[in-house]
Amino acid sequence: MEQILANGVYLGSQYAMIALGLTLIFALMNVLNFAHGQMYVIGGFVTYTFYGQWGVPFVLALVMSCVTLAILGALIERYLFAPVIKGPAREESTMLLAAGIAFFLDAVILLVFGEKQSGVPKIVDGVFNYDFRLIMPYDRILICVLAILSIVAFIGLMQYTKTGRALRALAQDRTAAQLMGVNVDRYSMIGFALGAMLAGLVGGLLVTITGVNLGMGGATSIKAFMMVMIGGAGVISGAIWDGIILGFMEAIGLALLYQYGDITYLLIFVSLMIFLAIRPQGLMGKPWG
Amino acid sequence: MFGFTSKQLARVGIFLFMIFIGVPLIVGATGRWDFYFTLTSVALLAIASAGVWLTFYIGRINIGQGAFALIGAYVSAILVVKAGWSFWISLPAAGLFAAVVAILIGLPILRLRGVYFAMITLVLTQVVTLTALALPITNGARGISNIPLPSGISVFGIPILPDFAAMENTKLAFYYTACILMIITYAALYRLVNSRLGHLCRSMQQNEELASSIGVNISYIRIVIFAISSFFGGIGGAMFGSIAQSVYPSSFQVADSVNFMLNCFLGGLGYVFGPMLGTLVLYFGWDLLFEFGKYQMLIYSTILIVIIRFLPNGLLSIRFGKGGDK
Repeated sequence: MEQILANGVYLGSQYAMIALGLTLIFALMNVLNFAHGQMYVIGGFVTYTFYGQWGVPFVLALVMSCVTLAILGALIERYLFAPVIKGPAREESTMLLAAGIAFFLDAVILLVFGEKQSGVPKIVDGVFNYDFRLIMPYDRILICVLAILSIVAFIGLMQYTKTGRALRALAQDRTAAQLMGVNVDRYSMIGFALGAMLAGLVGGLLVTITGVNLGMGGATSIKAFMMVMIGGAGVISGAIWDGIILGFMEAIGLALLYQYGDITYLLIFVSLMIFLAIRPQGLMGKPWG
Repeated sequence: MFGFTSKQLARVGIFLFMIFIGVPLIVGATGRWDFYFTLTSVALLAIASAGVWLTFYIGRINIGQGAFALIGAYVSAILVVKAGWSFWISLPAAGLFAAVVAILIGLPILRLRGVYFAMITLVLTQVVTLTALALPITNGARGISNIPLPSGISVFGIPILPDFAAMENTKLAFYYTACILMIITYAALYRLVNSRLGHLCRSMQQNEELASSIGVNISYIRIVIFAISSFFGGIGGAMFGSIAQSVYPSSFQVADSVNFMLNCFLGGLGYVFGPMLGTLVLYFGWDLLFEFGKYQMLIYSTILIVIIRFLPNGLLSIRFGKGGDK
């Protein structure tokens, strides 16, 4: 039981971080970022290159992941999404653009980093063992703590800084924010960069445990979409809650149904569909986003 | 004739001539027999894309067509392999089964809109793949292989369809079958769009509340449309399984669902024949870029992004000039 709870917290904190980035981008620009999983993979590969191959300290490698993704996110927003959103076309074209970018990033990852599964050496050795009831390697605990710290830092940023206030205003009502003197273009770019950065950070953190490979991108995107839906698209607190909920569901499901393999995910998906049929706007969302 | 102008009739005539006589002549002249397989795939994917286009027509972004294509492929394969049905009966059965599933799933999820509907249909693709892995009848990850080729049909001793297994050139036969199916699909789609139902769909695309307030039964129409859309998906998938002679849970994945959506967008959502052109361009483009080896994906996705950036209303908007940025 303790083990399941610990696994739940561990998975939940990671998922919450992935969902946060996606939901931030969605709240700000009404863009469903299909490329989120690919950004996560790039973050993982950057940390792998710096920490695993060049021997740079882990924290520095994480920072490099964040910086790379923030720049990438800013460029994508500035030169691809912003003109398409401003254009006269229907809003679905942003979704198409996001899918195109996902393909593009996949191709880039394939060319630059190859398709092999890549892992890095452990950052801390040893296993935390409490009476054989709760067994958790120290590096997992460290990653979990780092993830929770990043989430707290992110919430602090959103709540108590000028940038955060501007971003929240944008998410609530774009036009009103503009009328109040918020530089919409600039903060859209910052918001997108921030969302991409979060994806990169999770990728960098998780590369130490699960490693990273090209195929992870798509699967991560689907999980992130699910979490965003459970919590209600574009709601920050919802994203954290549903990350934790999904983490616990997966931990419990894998513990109870491990002999059936993939059936856990099937059950999670099906229960999600039933949940959404009853409450289409998610846990905390406004109806119809 | 039937309200068509002679110009339209001439165009349809040229199109049919190209498909049934032009292409075999070109293939025969150049000796590129692999083009048959490519074009057959294009025709079948275009059928499934037509379904996605139809759900766009009522204002829903459908990224779940891969799910129904997979359902269709499995239903047909199981009926042929395990129940010993003729493929030609299993084909409509697969379509109908997909439509029934669509009605059951559509009842709750069609209440969702916009991004929410898009995301849940995406999840649906994943659900069907996982179900196929978990159920015993689908053989899990091993899938169903060695599906026999379609057998012949004869009514009162007169052969209507020849036995595919006895033919020496199945590629050509499959090509013709797929093209005929595609033409029927698009004719039906054209008819539907220009019918009373099509007008009602357009009213829903613009504003569901308004349509509902003037007496359009929106919940009934969206279920009907979603069922027809999934029927197309099921037919396309079943035919695909028959040509590949095998079905696996990975035959249609999330990426395929996304591709169906891309086909529609790229061809142009405002035109009935948009998805056909979009499928042709995307699939053929992908095939032609094979020459570039490992840069294939990079070039392909760059072209895709450029098209979306500069032609947001689809390829057909060049021809018709109906784009917004005149």
